Amino acid sequence: MEIRPIFASLRKHRIPALLIVLEIALACAVLCNAVFMISQRVSDIGLPSAIDEQGLVSVTLRGTDDKLVASEIPRNLAALRGIAGVQQAAITSSLPLSTNNWGWSFGVNPDSVIANQKNINVSLYFIGENGDKALGLHVLQGRFFNGDELADSKFDTAPLPETHAVVMTHAAAENFWPGQSALGKTIYSKPYYYTVVGVVEDVLRPNVSTTNTRKSYDAVYFPMSAAGSKGALSYYILRGAPQDRDRIMREAEQKLAELNPGAVAKGQTYMDIREKYFANMSSMAWMLVLVCVVMLAVTAFGIVGLTSFWVGQRRRQIGIRRAVGATRGHIMQYFQTENFLLSTAGVALGMVLAFGINIYLMQHYEMSRMPWYYLPGGALALWLLGQASVFGPAQKAASVPPVVATRSV
Amino acid sequence: MFAYYLDLALRSLKRSPGLTALMMLAIGFGVAASMTTWSVFRGVSGDPIPWKSSKLFVPQIDVWGPQQMSGPGAPGGVHEPPDALAYADAMALMHDHRATLQSAIYAVAPTVLPTGAARSPIPVFGFGVYGEFFPMLDVPFQYGSGWPASDDSDGAPVIVISDALNRQVFGGDNSVGRNINLDGKDYRVIGVMKPWNPQPMFFDVVDTGGFGGDGPQVFVPLQRAIASGMENAGAVNCPKGVQPGAGATGLQQSNCVWLAYMVELDDAPAVQSYRQYLDNYARTQQKIGRFDWPPNNRLRGMRAFLDYEHVVPDDTHVSLLVSLGLLLVCLVNTMGLMLAKFLRRSGEIGVRRALGASRRAIHAQFLTEAAVIGVGGGVLGLLLTALGVVFVNRVLPPRLADLARIDPALFLLTVAVAIIASVLAGVYPTFRAARVQPAWQLKTN
Repeated sequence: MEIRPIFASLRKHRIPALLIVLEIALACAVLCNAVFMISQRVSDIGLPSAIDEQGLVSVTLRGTDDKLVASEIPRNLAALRGIAGVQQAAITSSLPLSTNNWGWSFGVNPDSVIANQKNINVSLYFIGENGDKALGLHVLQGRFFNGDELADSKFDTAPLPETHAVVMTHAAAENFWPGQSALGKTIYSKPYYYTVVGVVEDVLRPNVSTTNTRKSYDAVYFPMSAAGSKGALSYYILRGAPQDRDRIMREAEQKLAELNPGAVAKGQTYMDIREKYFANMSSMAWMLVLVCVVMLAVTAFGIVGLTSFWVGQRRRQIGIRRAVGATRGHIMQYFQTENFLLSTAGVALGMVLAFGINIYLMQHYEMSRMPWYYLPGGALALWLLGQASVFGPAQKAASVPPVVATRSV
Repeated sequence: MFAYYLDLALRSLKRSPGLTALMMLAIGFGVAASMTTWSVFRGVSGDPIPWKSSKLFVPQIDVWGPQQMSGPGAPGGVHEPPDALAYADAMALMHDHRATLQSAIYAVAPTVLPTGAARSPIPVFGFGVYGEFFPMLDVPFQYGSGWPASDDSDGAPVIVISDALNRQVFGGDNSVGRNINLDGKDYRVIGVMKPWNPQPMFFDVVDTGGFGGDGPQVFVPLQRAIASGMENAGAVNCPKGVQPGAGATGLQQSNCVWLAYMVELDDAPAVQSYRQYLDNYARTQQKIGRFDWPPNNRLRGMRAFLDYEHVVPDDTHVSLLVSLGLLLVCLVNTMGLMLAKFLRRSGEIGVRRALGASRRAIHAQFLTEAAVIGVGGGVLGLLLTALGVVFVNRVLPPRLADLARIDPALFLLTVAVAIIASVLAGVYPTFRAARVQPAWQLKTN
């Protein structure tokens, strides 16, 4: 295929050709960045968390009297276990993605105080009896809390509990002691210290940072007795079969409201909690999808429009070419090659632009570096889009009969 | 003459309806997409109190010293003071009373116990504030008003409630003078607000994150709230290594920050002297040994403070940029199509010139045609924007979607940009075509 005639003809339409190149470049740049942002949102929304999210129901109880919880919590839990379909019920201070965060930082040296720079900030979950079974935690090493640890743990005047046993996530253990087993090791925040009795599969924190997923799993479980909880335990969690969860949630909410007339019970399935946490993110992702679709459509229509126009303008030349022996295939090829050349110039410019935009966004917003393969990916998408949009007009061009050459326009 | 050009333009556009539709669609889509995201952006980043925001300021006092890094994303190691006040400082500022109006603010979440056995308790959300809060922020009242300064100093059990709570508890009657039970204690209603839910909740973004909920339901005198043990429902930030002592007293004596503060300063000299006052205050604290560092205060305007706190989510900024990109793609696309169309018509121009049309007349004719496309695209953009807003209302969480309003002025601007872009696209080919000798054009075609 000879491409010199194509260049010659493009040189005659310098400005429209330049605009098409520019349009493809812009579309490529915006597309790469938008798709990258969408993929980031999607992976954030799907952050895994090793609890039984499908079957979990939570009911929060607000407005209870801290002095009475020692008797009320066991009574409430017993009532909740009586609901049909409930496999296990327990109480905890917070749930992953509930935004109700209680953070503290610990070190691995006996003299670590909370202000130490090297300390690791973790989210604290206080949990009662059977909490592991109700959440569906997977114990990887060691064990969950035993009855004594649960019964002895209480709050005194400080915001840390008077106990010495903790269970932490695998990610937290890796952050404290990289490459070593955490079992039997101790974390410190002077004068408090806690020995790791178990390691569980990674559970998300109540709040996760969208820019650093490595820290999203730094969570530590503490045992807590109902009597010593001082109001810290307010999430009743129930586990059942996924198909029962809505009914369990309603019944549990009702039961807790009946048992505690002075308090307010609010039930949610865990799926709702997750959805609520990521609601903003998913709507932004949808908005970006819409923008991408519209942009690609506009670009495609632009190419169709301009090529059809050029075809209409060159009917006579096409007729002459056909009359002097060019096949339909040649004519098709001419327009396809022309589009390919324009697209190539466009995506080359577009990739540079996309890279630049990414750098700009990284500097000004919480944006990470775009992996390199988004660039050729976006380029390929626009190449295909270009070829697809030029196909129709090119076919129209190929169907111009040679006899046109003999007519005077 | 204009009517004639308009007629010519419409004829020309009718001759290639597909291309015309394409050009208008491209402009329409670009305008609609950028307008829709812009309206969301404006909604979230908008000024909730535009008539007064330039007079409202948030003081920050460095109570932790240079050893502690604080503030959201303190850039490049610049030491920022904490974004809320410790109790001692808030009380000192209230006591000195150097601004026109001022109030310390803290978030509370008490429970309202309605009378009548069958009614269940209502958890409510609100703030402990000073009486000056209401005139400072122009809080609208339906019945009654805020409380006088004497109620602040006496810690009187008075309360301002929201319209919604008034409906819930008193059936929407004028409840001023009646009692309402909060956490087991009676408060006398002194004012009922009109529906008031500024977004972002600019007077306490540190605790509320700026957005959310149906607005504050109760306001009680701050001293009264503290005295009756209403716990702080907002954020408490302590310097590293400090644990507040037990209970409310411990929190009050600590250097932990948990109070928002807002002042009204009416002009530049007042702002200047308030800055001076803050520095003097910090110097006094330094003298008495509470701070062992030089004054490091901030007095940010309300809007600057919202920016500093990153109240508007980054996502919104970025999607706005993406939509601007889309608008650009659409405009470039239209210009390309228009150029192709106009450049082809040198023959027609030659004929018209040969028949006596001046260059000006040619320009006028073609620019009219370009403008018609721009206007058509703009009108289409209006319709699509309406659709876009419907879509936004479906996919966005209601608290954000409610804020999305189309700004008429801005919409006109975008349509104007669309028209200008299409006219610009018309200028070059017209200019080129009109310059050439008519005889030559007639010959070559």
